[in-house]
Amino acid sequence: MSQQSINVGASPQVQYLLRLGDSCLVLAQRISEWSGHAPILEEDLALSNMALDLLGQARGLLTHAARLDGQGHDEDQLAFLRDERQYLNPVLMELPRGDFAFTVLRNFAVSTWLLLLWRRLEGSSDAELAAIAGKAVKEAAYHQQHAADWVLRLGDGTEESSARMRAALGTLWPYCNELFDSDAVDAAAAAQGLGPDWATLKEDWRAQFFEVLAEAGLELPKDSAYQSQGRRGIHSEHMGHMLATMQYLQRAYPGGVW
Amino acid sequence: MSPAERGPACGRLEAAWEVLRQIPDPEVPVISLCELGIVRDLRLLEDGAEGLEVVLTPTYSGCPATELIQDDVRAALAAFGEVRITLQRAPAWTTDWISEEGRRKLKDYGIAPPGPANALATGGVQPIRLVHRAALTKLACPRCGSEQTEKLSAFGSTACKALYRCLSCREPFEHFKPI
Repeated sequence: MSQQSINVGASPQVQYLLRLGDSCLVLAQRISEWSGHAPILEEDLALSNMALDLLGQARGLLTHAARLDGQGHDEDQLAFLRDERQYLNPVLMELPRGDFAFTVLRNFAVSTWLLLLWRRLEGSSDAELAAIAGKAVKEAAYHQQHAADWVLRLGDGTEESSARMRAALGTLWPYCNELFDSDAVDAAAAAQGLGPDWATLKEDWRAQFFEVLAEAGLELPKDSAYQSQGRRGIHSEHMGHMLATMQYLQRAYPGGVW
Repeated sequence: MSPAERGPACGRLEAAWEVLRQIPDPEVPVISLCELGIVRDLRLLEDGAEGLEVVLTPTYSGCPATELIQDDVRAALAAFGEVRITLQRAPAWTTDWISEEGRRKLKDYGIAPPGPANALATGGVQPIRLVHRAALTKLACPRCGSEQTEKLSAFGSTACKALYRCLSCREPFEHFKPI
């Protein structure tokens, strides 16, 4: 027995919410892969807690998106029954967890970006989105501080840790472009006061990201022309595998509950 | 004054508040839901039905105890008729809503209570503050009172706590993070 996939409508409002909600959900899934596997117990707890915060934020956003989509789905159905092409997170979120250096650097890049985004969304014309942002902004501040701490320790650490951070930066950097991509969905969101065009976050993000890289003794990367397309449903080869793991239970045992 | 301390005139509501004040937080059972500051309001059902509406504000977006707390509230108030629970996200919960009594109980239990949350002020875009470990505010050990303590991890057994250890009495302890 298996469960049929579902699709969501093309409303720009729903797409805007899903781009953010899927980002939180997919990163939560990737970070939670460290549960029971982190290098030290304290980091196991920290990563699991951050994954839980992101999952809670995703839940609020997907619940809201499902309601606006109006097809009678709930947040679990959106999470577990959409196929790869229906997921709208930037590719950066779905890249495999890599080593600990890659994980903390991605967490720093994403938490810095989310913090900027949540702050803008606190003023959203959508009261539910503004309320979700009001909670998430406080959580993201802790995530950013924690991740920045590790970027400094590893970047400015031993030869080995610094080499790992440089390698992580090389892998991650081209995918950061997508965090500042801009299209009709952003334009509609900005026009309605729903939320900012992601492109408007770029300058502040670069200032903060580069400040920490410089402090960590990491060379600033050259800009890349690569433009990933996860926001439009075009994902890397890793996404399908990740969803296969994440969705397995609900696909095999539809509606199964604890 | 928090809603929990307002003391509504209506006897029925007062009796319900009395019950609510006895419900412990499932993760930190030494303090009650009211002392934690997550019970934002309690009112009689407006549509004339026999029962109550309880307004709760979750602590963290992903707090796994949220559902359990709702079940606990429903069970405790069952004698009052139908219990409707409204989850209210805004304004977002802050540790500033933990009552003085709650803070005292946390400390007695061995959890260092949170300082003011305004250190996390979020208005506008700010440059990230790089905080060096040595410059962090010293947190007093809830057991021996020494300020010779160090942070072991920014995240603890639950999302709301951090792990510390006391360098004087050598005991580990938890800290309820300001948020």
